Amino acid sequence: MTAPEDIPGPLTRAAEAYRMRWKRRRLLTRAWRKRGELTPVTPWRPVPRGAVLCLATVRNEAVRLPFWIAHHRRLGVDRFVIVDNGSDDGTREMLAAEPDVALWQTRASYRAARFGVDWLGWLARRHAAGHWALTLDADELLIYPHWEERPLAALTAELDCRGQPALGALMVELYPRGRLSEQPYRPGDDPVQALPFFDAGPYRARRQRPARNLWVQGGPRDRLFFGNDPRRAPTLNKLPLVRWRGTTAYLNSCHSLLPPRLNLAWEGPGDPRLSGALLHTKFLNTIVERSADATHRREHFGDPARFGAYHDALAADPVLWHEGATRYEGWRQLEHLGLMSSGGWT
Amino acid sequence: MSVGFVMLVHTALDRAAQVARHLAASGCPVVIHADRKVPRAEFEPFARGLADVPGIAFAGRRHRCEWGMWGIVGATLDACGDLLTAHPGLRHVYLCSGSCLPLRPLPELQAYLAARPETDFIESVTIDDVVWTKGGFDHDRFALRFPVSFRKRRRLFDAVTRAQKRLGMARPLPEGIAPHLGSQWWCLSRTTLEAILRDPRRRELDRFFRSVWIPDESYFQTLVRVHGRRVESRSLTLSKFDHFGRPHSFYDDHLQLLRRSDCFFARKIWPRADRLYASFLSNDPKVTKNAEPNPGKIDRLFSHATDRRVQGRPGLIMQSRFPARRLDAPRTAAAYSVFSGFAETLPGFETWLGRATGLRVHGHLFAPARAEFAGGARIWNGCLPDSAALRDYNPEAFLANLVWATRGERQCFMFGPADAQEVMRFVAGDPNAQVSIVAGAWALALFAREQAGELTGGALRKEAARLQKVELAHLALMRSGWVKARVRAWSLAEFLEAPMENLAPILDEIAPRAPRRPTEAPVLAPLDGFGAFLQRLRNDGMNLHLPGDFPVGHAPTPPGDARPRPYLVR
Repeated sequence: MTAPEDIPGPLTRAAEAYRMRWKRRRLLTRAWRKRGELTPVTPWRPVPRGAVLCLATVRNEAVRLPFWIAHHRRLGVDRFVIVDNGSDDGTREMLAAEPDVALWQTRASYRAARFGVDWLGWLARRHAAGHWALTLDADELLIYPHWEERPLAALTAELDCRGQPALGALMVELYPRGRLSEQPYRPGDDPVQALPFFDAGPYRARRQRPARNLWVQGGPRDRLFFGNDPRRAPTLNKLPLVRWRGTTAYLNSCHSLLPPRLNLAWEGPGDPRLSGALLHTKFLNTIVERSADATHRREHFGDPARFGAYHDALAADPVLWHEGATRYEGWRQLEHLGLMSSGGWT
Repeated sequence: MSVGFVMLVHTALDRAAQVARHLAASGCPVVIHADRKVPRAEFEPFARGLADVPGIAFAGRRHRCEWGMWGIVGATLDACGDLLTAHPGLRHVYLCSGSCLPLRPLPELQAYLAARPETDFIESVTIDDVVWTKGGFDHDRFALRFPVSFRKRRRLFDAVTRAQKRLGMARPLPEGIAPHLGSQWWCLSRTTLEAILRDPRRRELDRFFRSVWIPDESYFQTLVRVHGRRVESRSLTLSKFDHFGRPHSFYDDHLQLLRRSDCFFARKIWPRADRLYASFLSNDPKVTKNAEPNPGKIDRLFSHATDRRVQGRPGLIMQSRFPARRLDAPRTAAAYSVFSGFAETLPGFETWLGRATGLRVHGHLFAPARAEFAGGARIWNGCLPDSAALRDYNPEAFLANLVWATRGERQCFMFGPADAQEVMRFVAGDPNAQVSIVAGAWALALFAREQAGELTGGALRKEAARLQKVELAHLALMRSGWVKARVRAWSLAEFLEAPMENLAPILDEIAPRAPRRPTEAPVLAPLDGFGAFLQRLRNDGMNLHLPGDFPVGHAPTPPGDARPRPYLVR
């Protein structure tokens, strides 16, 4: 289900590699310059060797975070490294009280920090180098084969053994049966209960040069909001779990990494190698209000003006459900549908 | 005291200590060899902790164990010597690692071995038969020299082996030796092991095996064939390997599976699998079954997983073999049919085909306006929307997704030169595709539009020329040498000579055991004046040749007998 990659000649490839090298240096420098925007809220305590760190930038996520933290704590995240971007709903106080959260805060622009990537890039470089780093949004829940029985440490040990430097994951967008605003949700509940449905297909993938990053699109937003302009449909592939080195940098949110070879760690749904999935709980009832919020609009997307229609559509409280929707049952179901793969890790 | 253990450890020392204590407490003496690479800060507390445990001793000499090199064999030989000297009553020696775990109570193992006093349990397969060697080395393992570490200096390793091969360097085998390979983990009888240790030629043999690649998989396996009297070619330790030759780890969720395997030991256990260690490190006789080891179920599970990892699943190709996609591999999950020109020649063909085969038949899936799903559906299985923009954005993905999402129901759709053509390169290379073309049938559609007064004169001729050009390219593509699809093509005139005769083999392929044969023939498009219409186009200067020859005064022949052709019943 792919468009073939046009492979350029060796000279072009060398030039691309060189460009990407400089790009990565620029990104690292940029993250370094942004370090001043971060103020620590809790003191940093060193983590043991082999610990798995989870990094995130959050803003007003008091509703989602209780379950989010509990889920990833259960997976065996040893330390949460979180940047709070000017929350005013008690998110910061809640996070500061958690024993395994290292919290920073900033009031600077999320957009100007490349949607938080610069901040997290700096923190990852300082604290996550040599560790496996899991970079997520507050509306994403990581699952992977056997996640209920095997902690992240088992997964990372297996990835290390296979020499796989990153774990790919498809964002599986969950939605409710009826209108988005009608589905009740209480903080701490499992959002999968409130949003039990997803699109089992279609997903299309291609590679892009020069970063050789994957570009997977599809899912309900593609179907409903971008039918006439598929190029703008959201990107659904991520590389959330990476063996972090001081020289690693996220290029475009968590969708792609530099150096480019890290992007080859996953080829999209259907890749028989070990991969995971991110349950995307964006469509909880809060989305409707949020899409109407002007600040939120300004701070998201490269070109907010072009996504006005999309935000309007979400603010209009649509129904994403349709008769072909699939009810989420667990990772084995996702594997059966070809959306993720246990890669022989039985 | 019938069996003693030699345990090789290099990581997860706390787990190794736990297992060693259990073995010693069950009355089995243990000699532990810790890799010399284990840092002093880790080794000393480990050794101190076990120092006062009766039955546990440390190997006198610590070797540096590099994967695939001699160190492991050297360590094993020395440790075995220590063990046999210290415990003259031992009948068997079991070689295990720090990440091995006993799955059954040790008294069972002791009883099992006591009943087979002179038997050596060691997987030992002659290299002529081995198929599982990774990296293509079997004879070369013995014929070449491997002075460089494979893990650490891969390039140099490759260069050295390549150079030796090119120079034709091959050393002779020591006399009386027939190379055998097998699992590194074995259980040998005292007699055999002593014979190996005290072999008068041991210096010569050791020197030879020092430069064999991965000697731990061949040293004892080969020599047991010289000295052993009763060789059981299997390992008592359950271990599974992936296609790279790396061992699979066992986790807590494998508990039941391991229990049912009835093997004596398993390798390798994830160090943090607390439940496995807690459940298996007991000599509780309640779990005793005294069964023969039976790893069949585990074998099946793991080989199935490995197959899927290696081969993927057809139709779920995405990028996985990307960019060097295998040309002959199916690109889709199941067979499907493409009908070009049939809907124009036989109006209502979709409905007719649906009735004849019992399938839902799509219209022009690649029509410019929208994907015409069967029954006018807006969204098809797999949440596939009918938007033309989404479809044309990546038509291969559209088709592959459609076939994947409807596995079990054959997809049939119409196609024609007016549709988006891009997908056909993908279809042509797909062995799952059945493509049937009535060339020039688009002229019938144009004819109908002319009759209705929709399209006339220059515009008509231009459109005809465009469609003919597109269809010519399509036909040329489908006739390329590399095409993997099953292609049938007729000109319109050819097809009309015997429509049912031509359709029959297609239907047979789609639904070989269809419950009912079509009782009625499909309706033919009206052909009155079609010959004259074609002639008018030709008179306008168009080189119209795809539809074939129609006499200007052509009167339609009724389609052939609708009954199925008689078949010979064998």
